[in-house]
Order: sequence, then structure tokens, then C-alpha cells
Amino acid sequence: MALALQQLINGLTLGAVYGLIAIGYTMVYGIIGMINFAHGDIYMVSAFIAVTVFTLLATFGISSIPLSLLLVLLVAVLFTSVYGWTVERTAYRPLRGSTRLAPLISAIGMSIFLQNMVQLTQGARVKPIAPVLVGGIDLLTVDGFTVRLAYSQILIVLVTIALMAGFTWLITRTSFGRQQRSCEQDRTMTALLGINVDRTISLTFMLGAALAAVAGVMVTVYYGVVDFFIGFVAGIKAFTAAVLGGIGSLPGAMLGGLLIGLIEAFWAAYLSAEYKDVATFSILILVLMFRPSGLLGRPEVEKV
Amino acid sequence: MSAAPQPLLSVERLTMRFGGLMAIDDLSLDVAARQITGVIGPNGAGKTTFFNCLTGFYKPTLGSVRLNHPQRGPMRLEELASHQVARTARVVRTFQNIRLFPKMTVLENLIVAQHNALQHASRFSLAGLFGLPGYRRAETAATEKAVGWLQRLNLIDKADTAAGELPYGMQRRIEIARALCVDPLLLCLDEPAAGLNPRESAELNELLKHLARDEGIAILLIEHDMSVVMNVSDHICVLNYGRKIAEGTPAAIQRDPNVIKAYLGEEDADEELHPEAVQ
Repeated sequence: MALALQQLINGLTLGAVYGLIAIGYTMVYGIIGMINFAHGDIYMVSAFIAVTVFTLLATFGISSIPLSLLLVLLVAVLFTSVYGWTVERTAYRPLRGSTRLAPLISAIGMSIFLQNMVQLTQGARVKPIAPVLVGGIDLLTVDGFTVRLAYSQILIVLVTIALMAGFTWLITRTSFGRQQRSCEQDRTMTALLGINVDRTISLTFMLGAALAAVAGVMVTVYYGVVDFFIGFVAGIKAFTAAVLGGIGSLPGAMLGGLLIGLIEAFWAAYLSAEYKDVATFSILILVLMFRPSGLLGRPEVEKV
Repeated sequence: MSAAPQPLLSVERLTMRFGGLMAIDDLSLDVAARQITGVIGPNGAGKTTFFNCLTGFYKPTLGSVRLNHPQRGPMRLEELASHQVARTARVVRTFQNIRLFPKMTVLENLIVAQHNALQHASRFSLAGLFGLPGYRRAETAATEKAVGWLQRLNLIDKADTAAGELPYGMQRRIEIARALCVDPLLLCLDEPAAGLNPRESAELNELLKHLARDEGIAILLIEHDMSVVMNVSDHICVLNYGRKIAEGTPAAIQRDPNVIKAYLGEEDADEELHPEAVQ
């Protein structure tokens, strides 16, 4: 029972991170109908930015936790958005209007490029940082097993809830959100109403990257280590989350993220920690086979 | 008013070729402000291609489309990007097959069309989100304008319904209302009466006349329904195989031998051209 509770906490934390990354996949798919396979690596880049800024702040002797967290988030979001914009601009926009497969291949290329760039410049070894947020609350102890809610977990869940609320508001209530949704439904018509569709797509990429950046910072705080390969696995898991929730659906991405996090945590605790990735990828296969539109997605009708 | 006002839109020697097919062949046409200009012709005459050339879909092979913008002066439509046709030149079109945003509410559809005003009020789309007063005012103004058109077009009780769920005739009106929210100088309507019942089509006639006379919007109208075209148009241009074969007032067009010949290949040519003969 105690183990289950602990895994529930761990799973929700992990799920929140997957959800944040999954939104980037789902938004990009919604607006231009492609899977941005470089999105996981955008997240990885942001984790490296976080490590760099944390180290810099420590050198400058800034020790206040809230201040350094805020600064790191700010810098990471800023730089990662620029990465998101650049990736779209250089790798996808020139291919718009060509076959559906071309930007997909370009995305895989971009993913490999980002991984190698980070590997070359930052080294292939795991990079640790000094613990940022230590400690936690001991909830209960059963038979010598203590259920612990770490402060970093509280932080991750709270930040995620706040971001998702803000994000939902952005999409449903603001001019940018309406623009984004209209592009999703009919790009040509949106342009004919005077909206700059290319700019809307750029902003979508930047927003997706900004959310991934927050996820990257959170994971850095949570685990304290990063390497150039974390983007691949996290990316595919978040992609699975987006597919499970229904690709193109924002609430779906959040729900899918949470479910994948929980499934992974419980699988690791009760079945096999070594094979926890198998759980996620089995889900990907099952969903694609039996319910390709996902939990909250609507079946796509092929337009002619 | 001056005696011979400058036309709002001057199409000069417009040619659109797709491989060996001449979709539009050397078309010249003036569209006057505050008037309804009908564009008719048998199927495949190049009417929709003409619209596509106006709104940045196609780059014409030859020729030019000049818009005399009352504030900004002359501009060449064929050189503008798709979104600038609406934003800068204020030329909007509707489609033969309706293109609303089906999953957005009717009101949202109309507010999206006013995005540029909102963008302007927020300076940059993300900066204005945090409740800047200017942005709030612009948002209220956009909603008011949308509500105004919805009331005029008898759609106000559907404002919060998803556009895709409404019946066809209503969607046609919403598409026109949305185009009107761009504050167009020139409104290009591609078969707005298609699929409307006689009552709806009579209402459409009144609306179009009102827009041209009272709102001062120039209208380019592609329509097969002769009861609409002959009734509302001030001026008609007839296309056949991409060429202009006649131009003039509705009365003149109905008597024009070239037009009658072009339509003879079709069934009921007389009825189509003389709606009053049937009624």
C-alpha cells in the first residue's frame, strides 16, 4: 500500500513532465500535421541550458533557491524558444508544401544534429549538478517503508498545473489561441482572412519549445543529471503520451502524459524496473493498432 | 462626386495558363466601388480561377490586378502574399464549398477575421495577453462588430454554436458575415446562392444590395443562379473558355448574341438567362 502511494507520487511527477513535452508534439501535429521528432531533443537542449545556468549562478554565489530557479527557467525558456523557432525555420518551413514525408525525415535529421551538437560541445558524459532542491515531506511509514513527497516533486506538479491552466486559457480565450485553432482547421482560409499563417506556426513551435524547456529544467532539478541522449527516450515517451491522449488534442496530451507516467511508475515497481520502457512502447503499439485516434481525439476524416 | 470615378479594381490583360490550358485568356475588367459586378459563364469558363488570381492563390502568368486603395493608393494584388490580400488590400472572398472553421463557434469565426485589429492593439500577439486595457478594448470592439453582423444576418441566436453543426444556408450567411468582419473594400463571393432555397436566395439579394449601396462595399459575384445575378448586378462580365465575351448591364447581357450562343450548349439556356420567363 505504501509502495503504491509512493509510486503514485512518482508517477504523477513523471507524468507531469511527459505531459509538458507531449503538448509540443500535439500542437505541432495539430497545426501542420507533422510529428516533430526533434522535439525531444529540444527538451534535452533545455536541460543542458539549465545545467549551465545553475552552474553559472553557483559560481556567482547566488544561493537563493527561488531566485535561481526563476532565473534558470527564464533563460531556459528564452533560449529554447529560439531553438524551436530556428528548427522550424531551417528544417521544416522550406519543406512546406512538399510531400508529407519530407519534413518528417528532416525532423529525424534535426534530432540527430541536435544530439551530436550537444555531444560535441558538452561532452558525451553524464553531467551532474549540485542538488538544487533537497528534502521533502515524509507522509507515512509502513513496515519500515517511508512514503516521501520530495519538494522537487511538489514543485514539478505545481508548475505543471499552473502552466497547463495558463496554456488552456491561452488557446481558448486569446486572439493567439483563436488564430492557432483556425490555422489548425483551415490554413488557407486563415491566410485569406489576413492572418500570417507562417508566423502563427513559428509561434506554435516556440510555445511548444517553451513548455519543453520548463520540463527540461524540472527534470534537471529532479534527477540532478543530464546527458545528450535523454531527449530521445523522453521524446518518444511524450510522443506516446500524445498518441494515447489523441494526437492534436491538448487535454489529451496532458491526460496521456499522466497516464504514461503512472503506468511506467507502477510497472517499474511491480513488474520490472529494467523493462519499464517496454510498457510505454507496448502502449504505443496497442493504441496505434486498436484506437489510433486516442482517448480524447476524434477519428480523422481524410480531406479531399 | 466626380463624373468618372477611378475604378476600385482594374484587371489588365490577366492571363492564367496551366500547361496547355488557358484558364484565363487576356481578361481586362474594371470593378467600380459601391457596385455589384457579376461574373457569369458556363462551367469551366475560368470564374473561380479569376478569383484565385485575385486572392493570391495563383500567380497569374501574365497581366496585372491593380487595386486603388482609397487610403494607401494603388497596389498590385498579384504581388501580395495570401494573407496580405485581406490585411493590406482588404479584399476578401468566400468559397463555393463553404470554408468555415467548423469546430469554432460562430462568434469565434467572426472574431478570428478581426485578428489584425487585435494584433495591432496588443502590439505583438503575446504581449497583449495580460489584460492590457488597449487589448481589452479591441477585444470588446471585435465582439461588438461580430455581434452586430450576426444580428443583421439573423444569426445571433447561433453565436455560441459550433459553425460546423449548423445547416447549409446558415453557414453560407456566416461565411459572408465573417468576410464582412475584415471590413472589406472588395468582397468576392463565389456562388453564394448555391444550395439556398428561394426565400434564402431572395434575402441574399437584399443583403448584397444593402452592402453595396449602404455600406459602400464593392462586390464581385460569381453566380449561376440568374435570378440573383440579373437582379442585383450593376454590371456583368461574361466569360467563356477564359475569355471575356461580353460586358454590360444585365439588360444588355440578356440580349447579347454572343452570350446566348455561349449558353446555348446548355439545357434551358433561355430560362437561365430570363428568370422572369419561368416565373
